[in-house]
Amino acid sequence: MLNLVIPVALAMMTVAMALNLWRVVRGPDLPDRIIGLDTLYVNTIALLVLFGIGESNAVYFEAALLIAMMGFVGTVALCKYLLRGDVIE
Amino acid sequence: MLLEIVISLFILIGAAFALIGSIGLARLPDFYMRLHGPTKATTLGVGGLVIASFLYFSHGWEDVSLHEILVTLFLFITAPISASLASKAALHLKLRSLAPAPETIAKQEDAADPAGERQG
Amino acid sequence: MIMTRFLPQPWLSLMLFLLWLLLVNSVAPGHLVLGAILALLLPLFTQRFWPDRPAVQRPLVALRLLGVVLLDIVLANLTVARQVLGPVKRLHPRFVRVPLDLTHEFPITILASIISLTPGTVSVDVTPDRKALLVHGLSVDDEPALVADIKARYEAPLMEVFRC
Repeated sequence: MLNLVIPVALAMMTVAMALNLWRVVRGPDLPDRIIGLDTLYVNTIALLVLFGIGESNAVYFEAALLIAMMGFVGTVALCKYLLRGDVIE
Repeated sequence: MLLEIVISLFILIGAAFALIGSIGLARLPDFYMRLHGPTKATTLGVGGLVIASFLYFSHGWEDVSLHEILVTLFLFITAPISASLASKAALHLKLRSLAPAPETIAKQEDAADPAGERQG
Repeated sequence: MIMTRFLPQPWLSLMLFLLWLLLVNSVAPGHLVLGAILALLLPLFTQRFWPDRPAVQRPLVALRLLGVVLLDIVLANLTVARQVLGPVKRLHPRFVRVPLDLTHEFPITILASIISLTPGTVSVDVTPDRKALLVHGLSVDDEPALVADIKARYEAPLMEVFRC
C-alpha cells in the first residue's frame, strides 16, 4: 500500500512545488515572490519528510528541520528588506 | 496492515493540502488572497505528513519517535509571522488589492526612515 | 526569591527541556542532565532580551483554547480548500478592523497568530496604539459577525488565561 501511495504523493508535491516556482518567476510583485519562496521551502520540508518515509531513513528529518529554520530566517530577512530597505537595523 | 492504511491516508491528506495551498498561491487574483493558501493549507499539509512520519517511525522501532512534533510546532509558530511580515511589506509597497483599501495604518515609523523607500 | 533568581521563567525552562529531549529523540540519562543544564542556563543568559510578559494564570483554559484552535485549523483548511478550488468570482475579500480588548503585546501576538492560522483570515497589522488589529478575510460576507466570532472564540479565553 505504502509503495503505491508514496509515488503518488511525491508527484503531488512536485506539482505543488512547480506551481510555487511559477509564482516566484511570474511575480508580479516582490511580496508575491517572497511568499512563493516561503511556500516553496515549506513544501520542501513536506517533500523531505515524505522521502524519509519512502526510504525508511530518519536522517532526512534533520535536513527538514534545518530547512525550516533557514527558510524562516530567509523570509523574515527578505520582508525586512522590503519594509526598511535594510536587513539589520 | 491497518497502521499502513492509516499512514497512507495521512500521507495523501498531507500531500493533497500542500497541493491545494500551492494551487491557491498560483491561481488567486491578488496578493492578500494568495497569502491565505500557503499560511493554512501548507501548514496542515506538512502536519499530515509529519503525523504519517511519526506513525511510521514509531512503528518501525520499539520506541516512539516524537521529534517530528518539532517541525510542526516550529511551522505553526513561524507561518503566521511570515504571513504578517509579507503582508506588511505588501501594504508598505501599496500593492493592488481586490479588497477595499484599509484606512490609515502604521505608517509613521516607516515614513521616518528615509532608507525604506519603495522597491519594485 | 531563589526561585525567581535561578529560574526566572519556569515555563520557558520546561519548554527548553522538552524541546531538547525532542530534538535528540531520546530520554537517556545523559540527555536528561544536558537538557536540564541547558534549560537552566539559557533563560539566565537571555533574560535581558526577553520582554516582560504576563504569566499564564489559567493553564486549563489555555489547554481548552489550544484544542479549539487545533479543531478550527482543520475545519479552516476544509473551508479554504473549497474556496481556493471553487470559482474565484464568488469570493469577497475584505480588510476588517478588529478592536482589541487585550492590552499586552504578548497576548496580542498570540491572538494575531491564531487569527492567521484559522478560517479564511490573515492578520496583517496592528495599529501603533495597539487598539485594533487589521485582518484580511478571504471571503467576508458579514463583517460584524466575523469580528464578534474572533472576539468571543479566541480573545475572551486569552483574556481569561492572562487575566488582563
